Amino acid sequence: MRRFPLPLLVPAVVGLAFLVLPLLGLLVNAPWGTLPERLVEPGILDALRLSLECATLATVVSLVLGVPIAWLLARVEFPGRRLVRALVTVPLVLPPVVGGVALLLVFGRFGLVGKYLDQAFGFTVPFTTTGVVVAEAFVAMPFLIIAVEGALRGADARYEEAAATLGAGRWSSFVHVTLPLVAPGVAAGAVLCWARALGEFGATITFAGNYPGRTQTMPLAVYLALETDLDAAVVLSLLLLVVSVTILVSLRDKWIS
Amino acid sequence: MKARLTLILAATLLLTGCGNGNEKPAATPDTGKAGISGKVIVFAAASLTETFGQIGKDFEAANPGTSVTFNFAGSSALAAQINQGAPADVFASAAPANMKTVTDKGNADGDPATFVKNQLVIAVPKGNPKGIKSLADLTKPGVKVALCAAQVPCGAAASKALTAANVKLTPVTLEQDVKSALSKVTLGSVDAALVYRTDAHSDAKDVDGVEFPESAGAINQYPIVVLKDSANKPAAQAFVAYVLSDKGMAVLTEAGFQSP
Repeated sequence: MRRFPLPLLVPAVVGLAFLVLPLLGLLVNAPWGTLPERLVEPGILDALRLSLECATLATVVSLVLGVPIAWLLARVEFPGRRLVRALVTVPLVLPPVVGGVALLLVFGRFGLVGKYLDQAFGFTVPFTTTGVVVAEAFVAMPFLIIAVEGALRGADARYEEAAATLGAGRWSSFVHVTLPLVAPGVAAGAVLCWARALGEFGATITFAGNYPGRTQTMPLAVYLALETDLDAAVVLSLLLLVVSVTILVSLRDKWIS
Repeated sequence: MKARLTLILAATLLLTGCGNGNEKPAATPDTGKAGISGKVIVFAAASLTETFGQIGKDFEAANPGTSVTFNFAGSSALAAQINQGAPADVFASAAPANMKTVTDKGNADGDPATFVKNQLVIAVPKGNPKGIKSLADLTKPGVKVALCAAQVPCGAAASKALTAANVKLTPVTLEQDVKSALSKVTLGSVDAALVYRTDAHSDAKDVDGVEFPESAGAINQYPIVVLKDSANKPAAQAFVAYVLSDKGMAVLTEAGFQSP
């Protein structure tokens, strides 16, 4: 094994400890004795199922809308591109609670768009599972866009040019050349996006509210458990952590093999 | 879990109600007494934001050389912070249960004093467009209601009041604190919410508060205490005394709180 340069190794170890110690704190304080009975408490599995479903749907929405945005930003010269790129990152900078209020002002019953949805279809987005997906997609999509745009910029555009000289249209070369080329970037972006959506709290509780089985995802359940029972909150957090890490690791193994 | 919660609530109500509800903490100097100086850090419930902000300014004016810093948040979050060693001199909680988690850990200096009570009202948009006059009206078709979650004090009070009124209500959301339940009304996403009278009062330009008789059975008490690890106990005790004084109470009752 080659010797690692200390100026890299020391901060790396310190950084790792910084990231992992809080997790250790959770593990040490977990009420292991009463764990099984706590896990079967009513509502927990509902919240977990809802979390996984909504985060996955939000990731799908982000892929469908976000990949084209990333492509536009990376491949097409258009006026105001820098502005658009800055706007895409707004949800990253905005405190999620403010994002939730902003979504209410647009999709709420009296919102810019929600008003017409209500009049035309009698449908309101807030307080529905759709609302959770909307809130999560709003907050998480920038992670995907940034990752995919980075991958596209790193990918050699000459492959696409070669495809074009061989007669492929822009769409065809996007599907058959560009996408396979940036697939790892898209996958990384989707994972980031999914993880962010899974942990989403502020925008969800503000926009979609908190109702068990319908809009109460795990982070919301954790927050409310924290109001009365620290142990329950720790158990819920660990459950979410174990399930999400398991899913991510198994997906990763699938991709690599 | 619910049964346990009710038990804790009942126990704390008993404790604070019968034991030392109205006793002032020991060694309360007169308001404006000379010799007090330095910083007082007050951890106070979110529902006290406006009133304590005002009382803090008044206290500083009455006691030159003092400065009051506030940390406003949900009572349970504050209690957790205090028990984890956050630097605080005074804790004012919106519910006896959260105060109990602090006193149980031995982090209070003396017994808490109940300084105000708060009562639920139905918050409706200004002008009451849906004509809501009672709890029963909240179950009418097409009326969307926000309640607080049962884990937070306003939610516990709401379910008590609804039970007393024998009203079965399906809210569209169970909010994490009273201010966010109220904001659902001000933003127009629900038609009504059960909030404290003081919260409806603080947003009087956007919402009306509809009083209802069953709220008398679900009154919320606010305890205050000086903390054991306070770095400036004389000033902390003076601040608590100021809150309990006529001047402090005047600010609180003006905002819709009731004296205990």
